[in-house]
Amino acid sequence: MSSETGKILTTDGIPLEESLKQAERKNKIKAFLLVTPLLLFLIITYIVPIADMFSRSIDDKMVTNMLPKTYKAMEKWDGKELPPEEVFEAFYLDYKILVKNKTAGKLQTQLNYEKNGFKSVLKKLARKQKKFEEGNYKEQIMKVHKRWRNVEYWRAIKRRAPAYTYSKYLKGVDMYSNEDGKIVQVAEDRRIHRILWSRTLEVAFFVTLFCFLMAYPIAHLLATLPMKYSNLLMICVLLPFWTSLLVRTASWMILLQQQGIVNDFFVWIGLVTDDNRPEMMYNKTGTYVAMTQILLPFMVLPLYSVMKTISPSLMRAGKSLGATPAVAFFKVYFPLTIPGIGAGCLLVFILAIGYYITPALVGGASGTLISNQIAYHMKSTLDWSFASAMGLMLLTGVLVIYWIYNKLVGVDNIKLG
Amino acid sequence: MSKKEDFVKFDKVDKSYDGKVLVVKDLNLDIEEGEFVTMLGPSGSGKTTCLMMLAGFETPTNGEIYLDKHPISNIPPHKRGIGMVFQNYALFPHMTVFENLAFPLRVRKISKEDIDKKVDKALSMVSLSEFGNRMPGQLSGGQQQRVAVARALVFDPSVVLMDEPLGALDKNLRESMQYEIKHIHENIGVTVVYVTHDQGEALTMSNRIAVFNDGKVQQLSSPDKLYEEPVNSFVAEFIGENNTFAGEISDISNGSCKVKLDKGEIIANPISVKSVGEKTTVSIRPERALINPKDKMDNNQKGKIEEVIYHGDHTRVRLNLLGNSEFILKVPNSSQNLDIKLGNEINIGWNSRDARALDPK
Repeated sequence: MSSETGKILTTDGIPLEESLKQAERKNKIKAFLLVTPLLLFLIITYIVPIADMFSRSIDDKMVTNMLPKTYKAMEKWDGKELPPEEVFEAFYLDYKILVKNKTAGKLQTQLNYEKNGFKSVLKKLARKQKKFEEGNYKEQIMKVHKRWRNVEYWRAIKRRAPAYTYSKYLKGVDMYSNEDGKIVQVAEDRRIHRILWSRTLEVAFFVTLFCFLMAYPIAHLLATLPMKYSNLLMICVLLPFWTSLLVRTASWMILLQQQGIVNDFFVWIGLVTDDNRPEMMYNKTGTYVAMTQILLPFMVLPLYSVMKTISPSLMRAGKSLGATPAVAFFKVYFPLTIPGIGAGCLLVFILAIGYYITPALVGGASGTLISNQIAYHMKSTLDWSFASAMGLMLLTGVLVIYWIYNKLVGVDNIKLG
Repeated sequence: MSKKEDFVKFDKVDKSYDGKVLVVKDLNLDIEEGEFVTMLGPSGSGKTTCLMMLAGFETPTNGEIYLDKHPISNIPPHKRGIGMVFQNYALFPHMTVFENLAFPLRVRKISKEDIDKKVDKALSMVSLSEFGNRMPGQLSGGQQQRVAVARALVFDPSVVLMDEPLGALDKNLRESMQYEIKHIHENIGVTVVYVTHDQGEALTMSNRIAVFNDGKVQQLSSPDKLYEEPVNSFVAEFIGENNTFAGEISDISNGSCKVKLDKGEIIANPISVKSVGEKTTVSIRPERALINPKDKMDNNQKGKIEEVIYHGDHTRVRLNLLGNSEFILKVPNSSQNLDIKLGNEINIGWNSRDARALDPK
């Protein structure tokens, strides 16, 4: 009707759309100003650190900056045979400055990542270079250690020439680019990251499953009990939630250790003999038990909020129409709780996949997860760029899971409350 | 096929939720096959509890309920074969209208062709044939209501229970749905037990009405009897409008009695009073009292008009009569010119037959 007459005008003759925009402009600005603090907060505390993490994970300028003359000289070198004299000279000059400034250690560590055994060679060079005479540096350097005659080591230096690298990401999945620049897997006995990735996924999956199996009846009871009892039960669900994460994990350690309460109980009821107490901690069992307990409220609450909205008359209707309680449950009640299941599972899975403290404390060697590895590189090896790379891989993994989830369930179907 | 007189039978049923208060007290009720019985009462009177006991969602604390002569207390709800329409329809929001209707048939493992046939029939019965693929959320309240009715009937239950099914609809829709449900009942002859607190609804639809109060059936009779001949003052008060006089019997003989009020005396029909000196409440329907009656009536009083409210088809007049300033009259809107003006004194007359002396309040 109105589209035939073209643009609709207000009584004053201004096009309606424009008039509407003008009338709403003030409200829009107000709304934007109200969300500005949050927006800034998100940018500063979320976007910026992630961007920084990303640049750190691919940043390789450190070596490039430490050996400027060497890399300039190496530009013409094809890497097939030992480099010419100019490269040796440039390297000697670069390295001399590093030793003088006492920053050679960093280079030694970095190059040792690239080629095992580089550190000792460089250390020896640091000691000997003081007595070097001018000219014919190639001969002098090669005399210090026979490895300098091996072209592999020079290629290792050249590989670090670009300012940016994706090698950390390859390392995260137990791969590296070899001397020929091909991407290959590391030796079988050194593939630890893949085990950790799959273990992390496995633990997250089972913790989500256990949480779901335990939370569903709790949430159902919470939603159907009279107010007086459901409040009490709600407090029971939330009470652990209000307790420090560390305290809860520590109490699981007290419960689960070999001389702990649970084992004492098993011995007391005669389930196991005293000298045959099962190990329930410092392995995957401990991680499962403690993480399930800690993440349970995250499953209960979304389920509860969805179940609360399901009218009890629906189940009654199902039964009155001739469905057995089980059929009525699976055909009527269960499908209506799917939004809550989706929200709970997504929440628990994503939290579990990046969980750190609990696996670190009760996980032991066979119960550590990828997050523990990230922490290890942050704190012990100080390989921050590798830690950043793995952190970003984890983040990407979570986003992929979210995407798959969105395809399967639909984000619109998620209800958090 | 002869109709069974006590198709549904409540036999001395008591119900208590907390072991302290009886919500339903000694309920005895026989419902004939094919009958439309309404349980009417204020909220908290136990009518919904009775319905839930019949559906199987509550167990009687004492007594037994029989369905077609079989005791059903130990039969779970899904085996009773009783259709039910819930207060808020209780349509399954994740299923289409068709799937909602097919649900009771699918759980009974009926073949696909039969399901299609039955669902189509049920949908056309409530004139919603076009709506099979809609979700319940896309329907209006009245349409959802009709789907709920169709779903309760689609599996040919012997009894259908309706728990205030029209409560959420607006007035016009409620009225048209009342007729629709009444016609469906007449057409398929199913036994209906209907719960409502709306007396208009009960009077329109039912064969018989059971008026509940305080966990007890106060009166069980046809709508006209209930209105014309209430057996106690609760029923008189609850059904329709009612003018009351509280007084004491001063004389009782030949099927009529004299009731002494604070001011004056009236002649009434003794229903639940037997002897002189008893306290009583006399109930007179507003439309039974006439202004300036042409025929002679045995009660004639003068009253002063205190309020006049125009209602379109009738005019409501509040009088001060014999010390009762809440005496209501309904004057039909006719060409007759009555002198109804505020402050006027008018003559009011009624027959003693229509002034029922009931139990004191």
